[in-house]
Amino acid sequence: MTHEPFHRTHDDMLSERPAPLATVGVLGWMRANLFSSLANTALTILAIYLLWISVPPFLQWAIFDGQLYGEDRFSCTGDGACWAWLDQRIGQFLYGFYPSEETWRIDLALVLLFPALAPWLMENVPGKRYMRWFSVAYPFIATFLLVGGFGLTEVSTDDLGGFSLNLVVGLSGIVLSLPVGILLALGRQSRLPLIRWFSVIFIEVVRGVPLITLLFVSNIILPIFLPADVALNSVVRVIVMITAFASAYMAEVIRGGLQAIPKGQYEAAQAMGLGYWQSMRLIILPQALKISIPGIVNTFIGLFKDTTLVIVIGLFDILGIARAMVSNPDWLGLSSETYVFVSLFFFVVCYAMSRYSMSLERKLDTDQR
Amino acid sequence: MSATEQAANNAPVIEIDGLNKWYGAFHVLRDINLSVDQSERIVICGPSGSGKSTLIRCINRLEEHQEGRIVVDGTRLTNDLKNIDAVRREVGMVFQSFNLFPHLTVLENCTLAPIWVRKTPKAEAEAIAMEYLERVKIPEQAGKFPGQLSGGQQQRVAIARSLCMRPKIMLFDEPTSALDPEMIKEVLDVMVDLADTGMTMLVVTHEMGFASQVADRVIFMDEGQIVEQNTPDEFFNNPQSERTKLFLSQILSH
Repeated sequence: MTHEPFHRTHDDMLSERPAPLATVGVLGWMRANLFSSLANTALTILAIYLLWISVPPFLQWAIFDGQLYGEDRFSCTGDGACWAWLDQRIGQFLYGFYPSEETWRIDLALVLLFPALAPWLMENVPGKRYMRWFSVAYPFIATFLLVGGFGLTEVSTDDLGGFSLNLVVGLSGIVLSLPVGILLALGRQSRLPLIRWFSVIFIEVVRGVPLITLLFVSNIILPIFLPADVALNSVVRVIVMITAFASAYMAEVIRGGLQAIPKGQYEAAQAMGLGYWQSMRLIILPQALKISIPGIVNTFIGLFKDTTLVIVIGLFDILGIARAMVSNPDWLGLSSETYVFVSLFFFVVCYAMSRYSMSLERKLDTDQR
Repeated sequence: MSATEQAANNAPVIEIDGLNKWYGAFHVLRDINLSVDQSERIVICGPSGSGKSTLIRCINRLEEHQEGRIVVDGTRLTNDLKNIDAVRREVGMVFQSFNLFPHLTVLENCTLAPIWVRKTPKAEAEAIAMEYLERVKIPEQAGKFPGQLSGGQQQRVAIARSLCMRPKIMLFDEPTSALDPEMIKEVLDVMVDLADTGMTMLVVTHEMGFASQVADRVIFMDEGQIVEQNTPDEFFNNPQSERTKLFLSQILSH
């Protein structure tokens, strides 16, 4: 038996070879992800079966057998969905009781929203600095457009409704709850007892109470404490309450992010002479918020869906309009159609937020490139 | 050189008198007296838990002390935030775990403090940063993120980042302890270069080769006290205290 020598060298390096064919391309992907084992194959077949028994009948009901036009529900005679109400009621679903000749103002406010958001959400926006000034002005422009005055016909905020109400309350809550949540999270870690106690009490009390209760409180109890001649606008009240509620959650999400930042980051910032607010703004928060993105967007999505609770204080958002319609004798019993329609609106907005947050996470991932 | 300039140059840049510090009930620093001259290079060594890191962290007030007097560059460290900020502007610090800011590029790491603390215009801060990145021999990494660099490169960036503030004093807290062996030398080389420029340096390290090559004075600490201090020659070849002898035999035995 010959022994190879213990000492060996390998002078010529091996050249690269392509990966085996069965592991690349569509076939490779299917093999790795759909049919990698017996159990996986069974699950794949089960999933295909479930899709087969659910999707085609739904499409049949909603689209192929669906009826688009008609006077009322009795003109829908087929087996499919009855979309006839869309034609007559779509305005209410979108704008509530806003005067129909003024709805262009809501449309304009929505269109202007995109340039107002762009400099914050996108990287390559021309004239970013000026765009940001527009963003700052946008809430005032939008309020002016919606409420009127100064030459525009005044519209009561009680007439605001439908999906535009969800958007107004939801966007205001989202934009306000992030900074308030950040301040509460920092406050909860403050070395000053007064600030810390206030933050803790606010977070625990607001988070520990159902949102519906808060909305009732804002409607019934607040006016008792306020002087009789101070009437807080009901939409403003809802925005305040939803913001307070979401920012309590937000604060805890962000606190989680803050705790994930190593102590060394604080120390390095301090050692360089950065002050508290500078180190927070430049060093700590950019990292903590990045970690918290999934939780933040989770809170945003929850907040947006919670805007449907405004119904308890007598405002008619898109869900309120839908409920009113399905109890109307002309359209009685069309709840499947209306709720599918309403769900679609929420899903589109929430899914867009989710996708955006995922792309943001990828963009900010500087740790391992 | 006039007499007053002479006196100013000879005045210690760091004066520590009767420094005592406790963590809760634990007496971590006990009656420390230390005076550091301009351009002096001091290496502090000792077993772990001896208080050597705590001592240098007191100099830029990352740690508060309960008793005693610390004067850095003429400014006495008290609870006064203004004094603390003034000291931190003049004192750079390099950490064991680098503590680079992972969300910023190497260049942005280096320009951040000059821009926000010293109010240096951005272009000037970038020029200074490139100058120091060249001194630590990694100007080509300026656009990368810290996570893309090796440990040795990260620590060199951290040194450059501190130098960009043009500090009068540099503190090193075990700068090579977190590095793989093959990267220790590149960091020590940078530190030797820095010592040659006349920088005042306090270095907590176990690199005894560095100590004997660079240090003006070696300080040995144990149980929160300065047990022995001497020139490197005397310290290594003729240690006085039993504890120093034991420590040296332990770290030099292999």
